[in-house]
Amino acid sequence: MAYDAMLSDLRGLYERSWDSFGMPVLELRADDLLTLVTRLRGEFGFSLFLDVTAIDYPERSPRFDVVYHFYSRSRNGRIRLKVQVPEERPAVPSLTELYGSARFMEREAHDMYGIEFTGNDDLRPILLYEGFVGHPLRKDYPMDMEQPIVTYRK
Amino acid sequence: MEHPPPVRSFLERTADPDNVVLNIGPSHPATHGTIQIVAELDGEVVKRADVHCGYLHRGFEKEAEHHTYHKVIPYTDRLNYCSALNNNFAYADAVERLLGIAITPRCRVLRTLLCEYNRIADHMTCIAASVMEMGAMTAFLYMMTVRDYIFEHLNHLTGARLTYSYVRIGGLARDLPDGWLERLEEVLRFTERYLERIHGLLDRNRIFIDRTRNVAVMTAEHALNWGFTGPTLRSTGLAMDLRKDAPYLAYADLDFEVPVGIKGDNYDRYYVRMREIDESIAMVRQCARMLPGGAVSVDDPRVTLPEKERVYGELEALVTHFKLIMEGIRVPAGETYVAHEGPNGELGFYLVSDGGVTPYKLHVRSPSFVHMGGMHTLLEGYQVADIVPTFGSMNMVGGECDR
Repeated sequence: MAYDAMLSDLRGLYERSWDSFGMPVLELRADDLLTLVTRLRGEFGFSLFLDVTAIDYPERSPRFDVVYHFYSRSRNGRIRLKVQVPEERPAVPSLTELYGSARFMEREAHDMYGIEFTGNDDLRPILLYEGFVGHPLRKDYPMDMEQPIVTYRK
Repeated sequence: MEHPPPVRSFLERTADPDNVVLNIGPSHPATHGTIQIVAELDGEVVKRADVHCGYLHRGFEKEAEHHTYHKVIPYTDRLNYCSALNNNFAYADAVERLLGIAITPRCRVLRTLLCEYNRIADHMTCIAASVMEMGAMTAFLYMMTVRDYIFEHLNHLTGARLTYSYVRIGGLARDLPDGWLERLEEVLRFTERYLERIHGLLDRNRIFIDRTRNVAVMTAEHALNWGFTGPTLRSTGLAMDLRKDAPYLAYADLDFEVPVGIKGDNYDRYYVRMREIDESIAMVRQCARMLPGGAVSVDDPRVTLPEKERVYGELEALVTHFKLIMEGIRVPAGETYVAHEGPNGELGFYLVSDGGVTPYKLHVRSPSFVHMGGMHTLLEGYQVADIVPTFGSMNMVGGECDR
């Protein structure tokens, strides 16, 4: 594979890796995230932070996967990172210091799954509103859930 | 009882007591859907800006988890509703990749053709709206005329003007109607004639240049840092285009250029879009020339509905039809991230399947949303009057941004 050299360079920073339709996937611990992403950005040209989201596995422990996608212009390839976080403390370090685009995308993942991004000082609701109860993309949030009525606001 | 505002703005207190806070939107004709910009002004200059989106949020990703793979298609239409076909095809590509389906050669070229055709309409809409807000009414009407011809033409093919739902997993809803390609050439020629007029009206127009040149300038590094893709990124001079870098559909067989800007200001974003329309027209023509014959849908009973005559006449076809409609497609467990070059930028579908009949998770990496995350950097330091042209040049589409 074209990215084997990169993976062996990064050995120790991730727990396991596999291939997903030609895209390398690395599973790592939350503590290693900043170090790994800093190296990806500095040494391997992953200058574009594409996306962050989460997946909810209610029966599994730890419950959430936080999924990142990056694009490298120099390697013309993408990489996916996965961090498992528990329900009690779903926290990962924020990437806002490395990428400006992390600001909004982390806010969205915070809205939808309640993932805490330590270091992102602006986790106000973005697609939802102040006073919204719960995290709608969690699997235990029912489709027909009704929100409390927000009365007239000044 | 105190109720918090829908969004807390960080501009409740201004940095300088003399500064004024100005609110634009969410219900404002220049906000293309619904977006709110809260700006702190020092005189006419924007000091800080806070961009809020979410007013058009309707839970696309949650809905997708409760619908079969085919039933998600109409929802994808409503993401970027100016170019619904691009969303359709990107979504179908993600599902087909998990299923391991290779679409037919005719479908591949036809999808490429329609992607580019819809891209013309999308760029037209973007430019039309943003120049209209600067007062260029004639250019607006010209472009809307062209766009309407394209929509009417697509209506002939798909039965809808905006929300086409034309894709099917493994193919397309139907083949081209008679005379569609002849009319296509007419529309393209008409488009070219009007493009000439629009160039004549805008390119060297003093008012237009004064409003757009050197406004909201950015470097390529800045653009990458804030996640900008598509024409917004290319306006900075970086020729990054998924159609070239990671060719999907039939793009590898097409001959086209990637237009780039010089310095990443509003004028460059206008011009890159105009040049991309030229390239798209050329690509549509190439596709129409190389369009192979054959079926538009794969012959795979897992995904493709049997023809109606067979459903009424054969038991096996009836059962297949019933199973596909009542249960839906079973997609093998797995996950994939498929990125297409949408008219606004990288449109990504991150699809996770657990082997069931609905997506376990479907996340859209929408370019508009990411662009809004970095837009305040382009507003700050410029005039109040520049907010609307800058916002227009980013081509935010509410449906895609808020999902």
